[in-house]
Amino acid sequence: MKISYYPGCTLKTKAGNLETAALASLLALGIEVEEIDRWNCCGAVFSLTADDLIHQVGPVRNLIRAKEQGANKLVTLCSMCYNTLARANLIMKNDPVKRDTINRFMDDEIDYAGEVEVVHLLTFLDQEVGWERIREMVKVPLEGLRIAPYYGCTLQRPADVGIEPFGSFSLMTRLFESLGATVMPFAAADKCCGSYQILNGEDGAQSTAATILKSAAEAGAEALATSCPLCEYNLGKQQGKLLENGLIGTTVPTYYFTQLLAIALGVAPESCRFDLNDGAALDLLKNKNCLVAA
Amino acid sequence: MTLTITDQTITLKSFEKLKELSGENVKLCMQCATCSGMCPMTAEMDHSPRKVMHLAQFGLFDKLSASNTFWKCASCHACTVKCPRGIDIAKVMEALRQQVLRKSKNYIEPSALPAERIVELPQIALVAGFRKLTS
Ligand code: SF4
Ligand code: SF4
Repeated sequence: MKISYYPGCTLKTKAGNLETAALASLLALGIEVEEIDRWNCCGAVFSLTADDLIHQVGPVRNLIRAKEQGANKLVTLCSMCYNTLARANLIMKNDPVKRDTINRFMDDEIDYAGEVEVVHLLTFLDQEVGWERIREMVKVPLEGLRIAPYYGCTLQRPADVGIEPFGSFSLMTRLFESLGATVMPFAAADKCCGSYQILNGEDGAQSTAATILKSAAEAGAEALATSCPLCEYNLGKQQGKLLENGLIGTTVPTYYFTQLLAIALGVAPESCRFDLNDGAALDLLKNKNCLVAA
Repeated sequence: MTLTITDQTITLKSFEKLKELSGENVKLCMQCATCSGMCPMTAEMDHSPRKVMHLAQFGLFDKLSASNTFWKCASCHACTVKCPRGIDIAKVMEALRQQVLRKSKNYIEPSALPAERIVELPQIALVAGFRKLTS
């Protein structure tokens, strides 16, 4: 099986661990990945004003790249890229007036009408690989690891692009159960991490992040899994500061879901780039005897 | 709160502009405050999302433009998915932000961000933050 893949900017640098672990996992699952040519930034956030079409051009160009390569599906990993591409795709599919304006504006491109389906890797694993197959492929079960699945906003909202309904976390739950881990539901799982508000004074984003981390720790989770580099920044990379400021009492190592998948599939830890996570992330996996080369 | 309604406070033009930019009709709001209950940022906001909807219903744009609510909104869409009247409140917040940003006003100054911060922030944070908070 071969898939077309859109990485996005952050995955090529600061969230390289989200990507390398996914690519290694897909290789282990026997899936060929083709990164689309000449992709550009997705725009990070979807434009919410009705008259702002210029910011849809970026994401639509990516969809056109996929269409040109003959793809009917485009797989993404980053939640924010997923959301922006999927929402722009809905406009092109369902709004003939806006579609026409955007197509005419991009007169150097082929016409596009939403032919490519934007798919998040979690959905792809569910629909095209299947949890049973993943269970069979596990080499190092994540036994005894208590993981809290954290989706963040952009995988689930709004409803027309959500990978599953608001408040339901079944894709990550079934993934981690297939990998042998214990899934820990927690009360603040559907709360926002603070997102880009981290640029707008730290207080807001710090208190939202602290609410999530405290709730996960109280529920008995040892680790948090995410699919978004901005969630990982607010909830993972900021933990030292949150602890220092007394906003949280204990740390909860954060992972990308792809890193946990890769480790369970027996991928070498070096391919998961744990150097980009907090040190505690690799230590926890070592303590649980989850690393092949340990 | 005592409101003095004059021909200055209610500006039909701004009301129409809000509707045009957001595509939403704030008059549908029944003031149930579900949005405020869902919102993760209310502690930072001077008016709750429900109150913003109320001010918008009455066209009190002087009061609205002085509010920090739409600048503290994280576009998380938690309000949107739960509004029993089907209003996309995140779009209303964006329309309020855009009315200021389109006058070339920044809410945050990119040049004031510490260099160490910029080095460690993921690109999506910078792009998202600049798109939401600068013109
Ligand atoms: S949830 Fe909807 S109806 Fe209720 S106060 Fe908020 S905007 Fe109004
Ligand atoms: S979209 Fe904005 S107003 Fe609505 S719940 Fe999220 S932060 Fe609050």
